[in-house]
Amino acid sequence: MKPQEIAALLDLGDSYLERYRGGKKIKKVLKNRTQINLFFEESTRTSTSFELAGKRLGADVINMVTSTSSIKKGETLIDTAMTLNAMRPSVLVIRHGSSGAAALLAQKVNCAVINAGDGRHEHPTQALLDALTIRRRKGRIQGLTVAICGDILHSRVARSNIHLLNAMGARVRVVAPPTLLPVAVDRLGVDVFHDMRSGLAGADIVMMLRLQTERMKGAFVPSTREYFHFYGLDADKLAMAKPDAMIMHPGPMNRGVEIDTEVADDIDRSAIREQVETGVAIRMACLDALCRDLDAEEDD
Amino acid sequence: MAADRRVVYMNARLIDPSSGRDERGALLTVGGKIWDLGAALFADGITDGSEVVDCKGMCLTPGFIDMQVFLGESVGTTARAAAAGGVTTIATMPNMNPVVDRASLVDYVERLAQDSGVRIHPIAAATKDLGGEEMTEIGLLRQAGALAFTDGRKAIADSQVMRRILTYARAHDALVIQHAEDPMLAREGVMNEGEMATRLGLPGIPAIAEVIMIERDLRLVELTGCRYHVGLVTTAAAVDAIRQAKAAGLPVTCGTAPHYFALNELAVAEYRTFARTSPPLRTEEDRRAVVEGLADGTIDVIVSSHDPHDVESKRLPFDLAASGVIGLETILPIMLELHHGGHVPLARLLTALTSRPAQILGIPGGKLAKGEPADLALFDPDRPWRVDPEQFRSKAKNSPFEGRPVQGRIVRTIVGGRTVYQAG
Repeated sequence: MKPQEIAALLDLGDSYLERYRGGKKIKKVLKNRTQINLFFEESTRTSTSFELAGKRLGADVINMVTSTSSIKKGETLIDTAMTLNAMRPSVLVIRHGSSGAAALLAQKVNCAVINAGDGRHEHPTQALLDALTIRRRKGRIQGLTVAICGDILHSRVARSNIHLLNAMGARVRVVAPPTLLPVAVDRLGVDVFHDMRSGLAGADIVMMLRLQTERMKGAFVPSTREYFHFYGLDADKLAMAKPDAMIMHPGPMNRGVEIDTEVADDIDRSAIREQVETGVAIRMACLDALCRDLDAEEDD
Repeated sequence: MAADRRVVYMNARLIDPSSGRDERGALLTVGGKIWDLGAALFADGITDGSEVVDCKGMCLTPGFIDMQVFLGESVGTTARAAAAGGVTTIATMPNMNPVVDRASLVDYVERLAQDSGVRIHPIAAATKDLGGEEMTEIGLLRQAGALAFTDGRKAIADSQVMRRILTYARAHDALVIQHAEDPMLAREGVMNEGEMATRLGLPGIPAIAEVIMIERDLRLVELTGCRYHVGLVTTAAAVDAIRQAKAAGLPVTCGTAPHYFALNELAVAEYRTFARTSPPLRTEEDRRAVVEGLADGTIDVIVSSHDPHDVESKRLPFDLAASGVIGLETILPIMLELHHGGHVPLARLLTALTSRPAQILGIPGGKLAKGEPADLALFDPDRPWRVDPEQFRSKAKNSPFEGRPVQGRIVRTIVGGRTVYQAG
């Protein structure tokens, strides 16, 4: 996406956030539209967030959770896509454990497709909500130093954030043990740090990632204890960042593994709960932006 | 076919890489053998009532010998695909159901192959059920006709097992073929490790997984003296390792496939599952090293690594899709890209597809010479066309070259003096 397009989505998300915070009426732009949430991976907050966003805009929302335990999950993806397509939804929201799954689905259906996370590839709406959260607190994104810390290797959130924050002119750092960094990550336009203190030095934003134990076949770090010692965010390490540095986390948090409870709950520094609220607004913006075009087409 | 049937191939550009012959002339086959050939043959145009095929100046070469073909579909369609690609002999991988790990199964494959039109030689499993643990009956399998031993798409990973196989196979003068990929390093990977994999969010297979396996094996080859062949070499480091081993006089040979010298990892962009292969497509630097290895003879043979998969196993998210590509029907034009581009001389390329594989496998053929089997490929090296898998004889259509403009087309394929393919 181009910076202007990102900014436009953020503006739209911002206005939705203001409207529902202020208790103002929200135009049901998705009235008579069907939104299907197709989740092949367990998710509470993302699916709830998309569901709520759709409902606030007046859409009929259907949630489908499909087990990924079946070895035929790939087949299920195409089959399910064809079946759902025949039901003529306006928008499909998909999460899948395989990188590229959303793109594959988009080739097979006629409706809009929103990627709610595909493997370790991307999670675009998470990056958008993070950007909006940053912009609301800091007033800008351009020129900020953002340190993304933790399991970069398995994280789609990290990849989407790196692309988006770079596009918007932030300086992005990644902080992780070498075993949790993908090969050639520096080619994505980030500064790489293995030492958390130097990685956090002077940072405006500290973005923590969850240690994705379920994606780890074999040990990438010796123990959670050692991980917390070197890469867990506590008050001591946080002191290296700017005094007004903001803490973010896409959730769900592993307290005591990548983040200390006191830091996570520090109302002044932590934007973690705000991220959840922003998430609904930004997903409303995405749904609105995609379905507006649909309206125009059908009115013709 | 009458045993004394005489066919004259007139006006041919006779290319025999083993002898360096490259001249305009004629070739006479009698029955299933090459009877005579040369510029002087039938120079007066009198052919004594033989059947005459006018080659119109096109290249007449030994039929191609493809050392690595997976029988993923019926022998019939595979053989027809081979014939359409100028391939007159294929060696089949043991990855079948059941696995070719007993003498009776070698016999079974040979019988299936009998009336297929091309020559089919089974390669047997090196370990029972490709399990990587227990050695197969190498001696009996060899007697039954197995040309070589391999675990197919899997590396023989256990160092002790590999050592014993090489030690034992040496006594039977058997060839051991390795799929050079350290399975532990490759474990989760689905494409080449690097920036591309990082951007696509796909787990990578590091290039070193190949050379680590090869370097271990080279030590064992040094120890045992067994003939050892790396099925597919795909990285710069592996080409170097083999170059050095050859210089040191080890009995080592290796092959590669067209996709490793014609494509790089960028072919995987947009999660193209038709470009998912094992080993994976590598970087541009690796691709260039493979071309260099072919040019200087470090890489001995070119194989198609023909591996048919139906649409269902390819139309999946990348990490769940099958790996493997078909290649029998594109081996010539993709190989000729290196000739047309001036990277590798034509004779050198043809060696890798004719006399060299025959020599490594220890089978007749691969030469244009009196008394050799009349297995021939007639092709126009320049004719342009566009790869269209829908036109293929192969039932599976998983070609990574779909839509590619290429040059060079098979016009006629002859096995044992009999035409088994003729372009329409």
